[in-house]
Amino acid sequence: MTTETKAKTVLSVRGLNLYYGRAQALFDISLDVRERSVLALIGPSGSGKSTFLRSLNRMNDLVKDVRITGEVFWRGKNIYAPGVDLVEVRKKIGMVFQRPNPFPLSIYDNIAYGPRIHGIRDRRRLDEIVERSLRAAALWDEVKDRLHESALGLSGGQQQRLVIARVLAVEPEIVLMDEPTSALDPISTARIEALIDELRSRYTIVIVTHNMQQAARISDETAFFLNGRLIEHAATAELFQRPKRKETEDYITGRFG
Amino acid sequence: MTAKIVDRVMTAVFYLIAALLVVLLVGLLGYILARGLPKLSWTFLTSPPQSLSAGSGIGPQLFNSIYMLFLTMLFTVPIGVGGGIYLAEYARPGRLTDTIRAAIEVLSSLPSIVVGLFGLIVFVYYTGWGYTLMGGALALMLFNLPLMVRTSEEAIRAVPHEQREASLALGVSRWRTITDVVLPSALPGIVTGAILTAGRAFGEAAALIFTAGMSTPRLDFHDWNPLSPTSPFNPFRPGETLAVNIWKVNSEGLIPDAKEVSAGASAVLVIAVLLFNLMARFLARVFYRRMTAAKL
Repeated sequence: MTTETKAKTVLSVRGLNLYYGRAQALFDISLDVRERSVLALIGPSGSGKSTFLRSLNRMNDLVKDVRITGEVFWRGKNIYAPGVDLVEVRKKIGMVFQRPNPFPLSIYDNIAYGPRIHGIRDRRRLDEIVERSLRAAALWDEVKDRLHESALGLSGGQQQRLVIARVLAVEPEIVLMDEPTSALDPISTARIEALIDELRSRYTIVIVTHNMQQAARISDETAFFLNGRLIEHAATAELFQRPKRKETEDYITGRFG
Repeated sequence: MTAKIVDRVMTAVFYLIAALLVVLLVGLLGYILARGLPKLSWTFLTSPPQSLSAGSGIGPQLFNSIYMLFLTMLFTVPIGVGGGIYLAEYARPGRLTDTIRAAIEVLSSLPSIVVGLFGLIVFVYYTGWGYTLMGGALALMLFNLPLMVRTSEEAIRAVPHEQREASLALGVSRWRTITDVVLPSALPGIVTGAILTAGRAFGEAAALIFTAGMSTPRLDFHDWNPLSPTSPFNPFRPGETLAVNIWKVNSEGLIPDAKEVSAGASAVLVIAVLLFNLMARFLARVFYRRMTAAKL
């Protein structure tokens, strides 16, 4: 499972602290994310795993009164340095949210939205991107005959794969997923997990999950968060079988959380 | 037992109040329409008014009303939507925002006659334009901006936060997110607000008496040059609207059929405002369906 030796680091977090007003939500987090791997963030509710995820592409900027110190290096650049092009950061570090959030547009226009805004006008190229993205998200066969129907008519699981396709359409390097299956039924969840397994060969994925089985099934590495601190980060098999810290063991054996 | 009786009585009371409202509206509309409708004819709607003899029409006034409405909306909608975008998307809680909100509140509660007098000082005397459609349109804009700002702000706020996040997370800038995701979703609400504003503007008289004047020059409807003084499209000419005309005919009209003319004009006005309201509902529904369904 582990690929520590050959894979290089794509995201490198150093000493990250995050405050909501006066309350500190993340404490001195340092962590490396390896290229083309799946990193699962686990921990009980309120442990800061989602907040941490959202600070990897600066989505926390939208929340009022948030203050962040520390550094997040992506390709050697600190994305919190002044003058960083946020558009470029978010384009290359895409995000999938807990609840599927398609735009109230057709399936086609949902996927084409990002590429269009980034300047692609040619109809044939857009067609190509839409098909490629939908195929990559394992949704093409289900929707190819109804591309121009509303995306809101899709099931929740299909919507979530559509949203993943929409992210893939802008060609990210890293895909952040914030509990992407928590609003889905078991069958849709299985599809998304299978999809993540396919995507790992081309993309780096960081996924927040409250479901430990899911983390064990799909991730190469797992990081355990508790009360805003990173308690343990290791290869998934190792973390689940031989946790080094008492808190990790308590959590994965179901003693709390 | 008593609780049950009180409950029944109160239910009856509320039903009565609701019925009273409906009866009032139906009675009022019925009265206006019953008196005005018989007067309506193509000639009445298109011919010019008379100053002394019977047989006045409301052609120029109807045209003025529509043209003035167009001018008003030309200013009100962009500025109003802009204000709505600012308040919903950019304004941070604080002194500045509170001041802006208070200003909008005050502006919306100004009596229209006061707005008219202000318009007289600014748009008539200060600018040296005299009575003009433009002055009237600007006065109506002052009067209607608060409503437009508020309805746009509400419509923009009602767009789910997830939609913005989705767009921003695709590397789309804040401005493009607003124009490409937020505004299309908010459009039904904005259109509704605009049409309700239009209805208000169409029926307004007090703010216009001192700004757009109470007379219309002899118009040549074949003259489409907006700079020509006899062109109906010249925004810098005086132009009384339908609502002002009703007031004028009733208060100082010298024509023998003043009662009939004002009844006819009132019916036209009421029908127009009703149409605006129906149109607002209809368009909101159409837009909503269009937005949630596919674009081909």
